[in-house]
Amino acid sequence: MKHAVFETNVVILTVAILITVSIGGLVQLVPLYTMESTIEKVDGMRPYSPLELAGRNIYVREGCYLCHSQMIRPFRDEAERYGHYSLAAESMYDHPFQWGSKRTGPDLARVGGKYSNDLHAAHLIDPRSVVPESIMPGYPFLAENDLEFDDIAEHLKTLRVVGTPYSDDQVANAAADLKAQASGDEDEAEAVLTRYPKAAVGNFDGDLARITELDALIAYMQMLGRLVDFTTYQPEKDYR
Amino acid sequence: MSEATATVGAVPTPVAYDEDIVKKLFIATVFWGVIGFVAGLYIALQLAFPVLNLGLEWTTFGRLRPVHTSGVVFAFGGNALIATSLYVVQRTCRATLFGGRALAGFVFWGYQAVIVLAALGYVLGITQGKEYAEPEWYVDILLTVVWVAYLVVFAGTLFKRKEPHIYVANWFFLAFILTVAMLHVVNALAVPVSLTGAKSYVVWAGVQDALTQWWYGHNAVGFFLTAGFLGIMYYFIPKQANRPIYSYRLSIVHFWSLIFLYIWAGPHHLHYTALPDWAQTLGMVFSVVLWMPSWGGMVNGIMTLSGAWDKLRTDPVLRFLITSMAFYGMSTFEGPAMSIKAVNSLSHYTDWTIGHVHSGALGWVAFVSFGALYNLAPKLWKRERLYSMRLVTYHFWTATIGIVLYITSMWISGIMQGLMWRAYDSLGFLQYSFIETVEAMHPYYVIRSLGGVLFVVGSLIMVYNLWKTARGEIRSEDVYEEAPGTAPAGAGS
Repeated sequence: MKHAVFETNVVILTVAILITVSIGGLVQLVPLYTMESTIEKVDGMRPYSPLELAGRNIYVREGCYLCHSQMIRPFRDEAERYGHYSLAAESMYDHPFQWGSKRTGPDLARVGGKYSNDLHAAHLIDPRSVVPESIMPGYPFLAENDLEFDDIAEHLKTLRVVGTPYSDDQVANAAADLKAQASGDEDEAEAVLTRYPKAAVGNFDGDLARITELDALIAYMQMLGRLVDFTTYQPEKDYR
Repeated sequence: MSEATATVGAVPTPVAYDEDIVKKLFIATVFWGVIGFVAGLYIALQLAFPVLNLGLEWTTFGRLRPVHTSGVVFAFGGNALIATSLYVVQRTCRATLFGGRALAGFVFWGYQAVIVLAALGYVLGITQGKEYAEPEWYVDILLTVVWVAYLVVFAGTLFKRKEPHIYVANWFFLAFILTVAMLHVVNALAVPVSLTGAKSYVVWAGVQDALTQWWYGHNAVGFFLTAGFLGIMYYFIPKQANRPIYSYRLSIVHFWSLIFLYIWAGPHHLHYTALPDWAQTLGMVFSVVLWMPSWGGMVNGIMTLSGAWDKLRTDPVLRFLITSMAFYGMSTFEGPAMSIKAVNSLSHYTDWTIGHVHSGALGWVAFVSFGALYNLAPKLWKRERLYSMRLVTYHFWTATIGIVLYITSMWISGIMQGLMWRAYDSLGFLQYSFIETVEAMHPYYVIRSLGGVLFVVGSLIMVYNLWKTARGEIRSEDVYEEAPGTAPAGAGS
């Protein structure tokens, strides 16, 4: 076939281009969405609690992913530095994913439970007061801004539309759960822990009077990487 | 449009091209370029001196970084592409723009609105949280509408062309426009929380979102920053050198193999992640194969100068264009190398990636754009030649030294940090804490910023030169010596 066919007809050229550029994407993306083995079967994964979700949205808003990855690679040094390599299942409820592509700061995939709430609060407000050599921006305004969560139930509903399995019960109690998780009162938060096992309950920013953006962000960071039960995870079965 | 009539066999009637829209886009290119470069310099300085984050909500690295990336890629690069494509498509089709001034005007103002809305959003913390696809749903929708209008203008102009053949530059422009539309629409699909609010959730999640994102992200590089700019190369290098393109056959092979292969390369951004191995392997293999068409394009561009190499000495505009091809060749060799999993295990997450991106973005994309801008300015403003060829040379060397400082410092800091992360001491413990590796980066971040300063200074020299050119002034200066028998430098072609 002579190439003149393509370069003398806009329609043929357009169709040929569309076919050519579609093949690679179809071959890679379609199986990824349809093969069951793409996401490992694990115990422990659950959607984010309302407070964690609000915190995650702040994480996204501030562009934390531009300097911090949430994806531990299967190398000895990363295992020792950060913990077990990350599984696809661990980000199955992430809209969008926040694996990141750069480690100007350390990986955060398993930062949950590693440091105290107080340390996180002090570090986020003024990183260099905790780590003098740090080049991270300070986020003092997070402690000053009240968390806006009037529409938190709407967020859960929207996530349900895109596939996150929030129950009616979870949606109905979204705002109450959010407040209870930030109250620092284990009894009050009992229902939260039933609905969202392993959620970190606490008075994260040290200020009980208000629920701030800092509360939400720390609640999110404190659960990162803690959901999957690795005692029941069998990597050999899940090799993809 | 009615003037665009050419009778077969007769001398073609001159066509009144719409150059007003090209002028507007030209000015926008220069304007956003400087803003994008300065934003990049500022965030580079923030990494060297964190006090520059100012402790304010709107000025942290996390919020300004998308201002820089969108600013240079979509504002500077995008306007450069729209400007040159609409210029080239008219000239090579001997037809005015389809849809007339109104539709072209909509594309221009709509695109500027997208840029402003997106940037305002970033500063205020409105982001979709996907790299290079940060704008929220309402900006995404506007961009889609504008992009379709752009496609209509471009393809419509091809459709009503008076030339029998569609010139090779237009194949690349068309592939760029079509593919970017496809990538954008799929990757940015989202459900807004409320129609009156900015926040939305993308429909894709986790590992699938990751591959969809890098299918988009890598092909933003492949089609926005490569195919589109190759369109510029295929028109402006032959024009500036006054030589036909080296090989027609090579351009056919180059075109189809490049657009076929690029789409597969996305997974190399996800090596050793939770992406299934089969996808990583596919991504790696196709990325390595991609080296060949990339160099095919480089050869076609550089060899166009065959028999006229002396022009590199006498024509600094051509020097920009040809050097851009050299940087293109370098970064399209480096890219496949970095996509090999063993190399990637070291380079991923480090500054090496940043250095790689900038050797392509500054050396290739920006340089070929500068070359095109210098070529276009006298034509658009109907001037005899540029205000000053010497200033073009100063711009060239300032920017080149800036790029060299940038990429070498990032190579060193990236490879060093990668090695420090995996270093063990004699007792079998990790040798460095993370913060020690951050500390070690400091001198290189300062050097990188210095490179950025030089690049910005170079761009300001260009602004001055273009401004004077538009005003019709000619600087009294020594002309570059000509080799015997060649046309005067900068005399326009």
